[in-house]
Amino acid sequence: MSPKALDYESLNENLKKAQYAVRGELYLRASELQKEGKKIIFTNVGNPHALGQKPLTFPRQVVALCQAPFLLDDPNVGLLFPADAIARAKHYLSYTSGGLGAYSDSRGLPGVRKEVADFIGRRDGYPSDPELIFLTDGASKGVMQLLNAIIRGEGDGVLVPVPQYPLYSAAIALFGGSLVPYYLEETANWGLDVADLRQSVAHARAKGITVRAMVIINPGNPTGQCLSEANLREILRFCYQENLVLLGDEVYQQNIYQDERPFLSARKVLMDMGGPISRELQLVSFHSVSKGYWGECGQRGGYFEMTNIPPRSVEEIYKVASISLSPNVPAQIFMGLMVNPPKPGDISYDQFVRESKGILESLRRRARIMTDGFNSCRNVVCNFTEGAMYSFPQIRLPPRAIEAAKKARKVADVFYCLKLLEATGISTVPGSGFGQKEGVFHLRTTILPAEEDMPEIMASFKKFNDEFMEQYEDHRGYSRM
Amino acid sequence: MQNFSVVSSFPLKPACTFTIPKYIVKFPPLRLCSRLHTSSLTSSTMDPSPLTIDTINPKVLKCEYAVRGEVVTIAQRLQQELKDNPGSHPFEEILYCNIGNPQSLGQHPITFFREVLALCDHPFLLDKSEISCLFSADSIRRAQKILGLIPGKATGAYSHSQGIKGLREAIAAGIEARDGFPSNPDDIFLTDGASPGVHMMMRLLIRSESDGLLCPIPQYPLYSASIALHGGTLVPYYLNEATGWGLDISELKKQLHAARSNGMSVRALVVINPGNPTGQVLTEENQKQIVEFCKKEGLIILADEVYQANVYVPEKQFHSFKKVARSMGYGEKEISIVSFHSVSKGFYGECGKRGGYYEVTGFSADIRAQIYKLASVNLCSNIAGQILASLIMNPPKAGDDSYESYLAERDGILSSLARRAKTLEDAFNSLEGVTCNKAEGAMYLFPQIYLPEKAIKAAAAAKTAPDAFYCKRLLNATGIVVVPGTGFGQVPGTWHFRCTVLPQEEKIPAVVSRLSEFHEDFMNQFRD
Repeated sequence: MSPKALDYESLNENLKKAQYAVRGELYLRASELQKEGKKIIFTNVGNPHALGQKPLTFPRQVVALCQAPFLLDDPNVGLLFPADAIARAKHYLSYTSGGLGAYSDSRGLPGVRKEVADFIGRRDGYPSDPELIFLTDGASKGVMQLLNAIIRGEGDGVLVPVPQYPLYSAAIALFGGSLVPYYLEETANWGLDVADLRQSVAHARAKGITVRAMVIINPGNPTGQCLSEANLREILRFCYQENLVLLGDEVYQQNIYQDERPFLSARKVLMDMGGPISRELQLVSFHSVSKGYWGECGQRGGYFEMTNIPPRSVEEIYKVASISLSPNVPAQIFMGLMVNPPKPGDISYDQFVRESKGILESLRRRARIMTDGFNSCRNVVCNFTEGAMYSFPQIRLPPRAIEAAKKARKVADVFYCLKLLEATGISTVPGSGFGQKEGVFHLRTTILPAEEDMPEIMASFKKFNDEFMEQYEDHRGYSRM
Repeated sequence: MQNFSVVSSFPLKPACTFTIPKYIVKFPPLRLCSRLHTSSLTSSTMDPSPLTIDTINPKVLKCEYAVRGEVVTIAQRLQQELKDNPGSHPFEEILYCNIGNPQSLGQHPITFFREVLALCDHPFLLDKSEISCLFSADSIRRAQKILGLIPGKATGAYSHSQGIKGLREAIAAGIEARDGFPSNPDDIFLTDGASPGVHMMMRLLIRSESDGLLCPIPQYPLYSASIALHGGTLVPYYLNEATGWGLDISELKKQLHAARSNGMSVRALVVINPGNPTGQVLTEENQKQIVEFCKKEGLIILADEVYQANVYVPEKQFHSFKKVARSMGYGEKEISIVSFHSVSKGFYGECGKRGGYYEVTGFSADIRAQIYKLASVNLCSNIAGQILASLIMNPPKAGDDSYESYLAERDGILSSLARRAKTLEDAFNSLEGVTCNKAEGAMYLFPQIYLPEKAIKAAAAAKTAPDAFYCKRLLNATGIVVVPGTGFGQVPGTWHFRCTVLPQEEKIPAVVSRLSEFHEDFMNQFRD
């Protein structure tokens, strides 16, 4: 009998510890039900095209032409593609040595990185260095690379907001580090309190943890809040005082649904603060083609920009990137197009603006519809989705529901979400997947279902919820957490 | 259930000590243009700055990857100098023979594949009658079929974390057609190139420095780098240069037992077939011995098979390890095999697309669940790469409109690669003190160079490995970029470099003559 090559016990423990609820239990159950023929509305992941959002036309035209350059030589190409798409395809192909099929520089095509730097410069009003911008196969890969560079062992802690997008908790677990939570305050619109940050850090340090980095997600995921300038300044000052590298996940920067707090990049605020902090605070900012109004999740396109990272560290990060040779080239072109879209006067400009505005305005409306819809439900309280793509309502589960969950050996919000799924086909992610205060339950859904489907979805949810509450509510009332 | 409480008290780990294997080339500083930022001294009196060379994860420091290492960095600088100042060097262009990147050196993509990809990128075209003048009929049909496999035809959506089911079914069918043994689509994980799949396996298998993986020496340094990055230990087994880079089971046994007697838990055997950098194609007999060995010793086979479509000699054939194992009567209970494939190599050479997959067999369901979970953290691989992986495993068939042109393109590229491999092999063998094994497959030649004592002393004075010294000299004299053998590992005291066979056929005579001229000058200067 051969000795067993691999059994569960001998797997890397860190891998076993890591969790990623976005594609966890609820999603797997929803997929099973879908296979059985049930209609499922997947709202578990920010995946706009899967819910009917159409890709923007111009980038698809450009990339198709880059994929098949023989088209560019064909006299009939003008019948199918506008002149500016043709010109842009030639432009991006000229950045490559050999077209889309050749590995690029491990940091990404220099030409595209220059376009990204120019975009950042225009956005923030401060120049950005293309040499410090690395394109990656999605922002997640960049986050993993940076966390891998930062975390040496379990003695290293990373401050992560609670609730958070569970890439951070999963990556920290995989790399064997320690997650140091800081709690966002739901009653203050998911606001961030520096006093709470200080406490989290002190607490961690008392346990012997070296806190090395802080993650902010702005706009927030799952919470959607947009950080104010004052808040960003406080955070930057805090990281500077406490010697932390700030990791700014800014992938939702195009998704802003209120006007009071427009997007401000951490870098802009840092530069505004002037020296010495602007020359010394270590910052890495992340962006992606997956969100915004582009929603090109399947391309896997992203970048990270380093600020005040010493050259030798940059070299090491480059070295690790080089092992994977290069990010995928088509997505690099999507990134170039995203930061350098059609301009007024371009043939495709009007269509591009129409498509983009259409998506953004609809998202803004859907953010409102969902928030209001949740707030009209019994025992549900929902902060407005100021940005990003999600709604994160708080579900006040009655004690009897919590007991029933215990009996079913499920976490309370998982129990609720599974019931919601079975009753309505709406597949969400339980709040426990993102972290929440003890005894407070949420679920995350996206605001992405088509606008015309929204009323029915919200009605379906309300029906389920109110019946659930009716079933489990103890008529003596229950105490609020 | 998420637990966000802070980890309870534990002692800080002492600084790790580790040895850098002698054969790994040190990675030098890049000359980066970074006018805007200076390195900083923190104003705080607390722990040192979070991300400096002293505080960065030591595993990052430890890993090396010579394919894009020192010599390449110098080459990029020279290239820039040539651009800014033509004529500043004794050559007109830099010729990158360091990396298996065919399309960067003029190889054309397979037309059918690009047609399908373009239509999938912009499905709007499929409603237009005009496309029949621009696209072959079967590429249109294939694009429609593929889009039908994708929910909502949305190529911009994240897919299932293992990759789109219908595409995995196509790949499984391709594997079955190739091997004659069934393949399960649920065993397939589509990845952004084969490399992320290798990283995932390292993540799965390595718990500490006590976990070892047997790797061939010479090896493609993804393995040494990823093992270092994940904190494991590389257990080398030497390929036999004298027997065409043969793999001797006695060597495997020796190394395995030595490692085990040192307290190491050896978990897997990495085998690259066809070999990189060595280019040998294993005989079926050899493969059976390897399977038997791994079964007996409880080792997982990590089979890097990305060059399976690059076999240049009629007396050898590619056999997948899974096929060999199954033909021996060994199923999933007897042996665990992970096979890696990629769209980057073969005759399609689509490196920039980052398409690949690994097929996992012989693991229990709970382990499979962990692999899935790991894949899910990254959500999914890029969709175009997934589509391409399904295309290479399911290309045009006899009777299809594109079949003839597809065959012509494929055979044209493969026969050219075989010719170039032979020409360069003969050229290397004609140089003084150089011997070069035949490239039976893959894309590389790995000649051994005899370096005279004078050269070795000069290298030491220049604080560089002797083969790196040779390669840098070669680069500065000719513009040809190759990778020193220390980047791949070699028997101590021997020196090699890896050169691709990829420069366009018309350029090969010039490459040969420039190289020969340089070598003669070098030997004249350093001969004993």
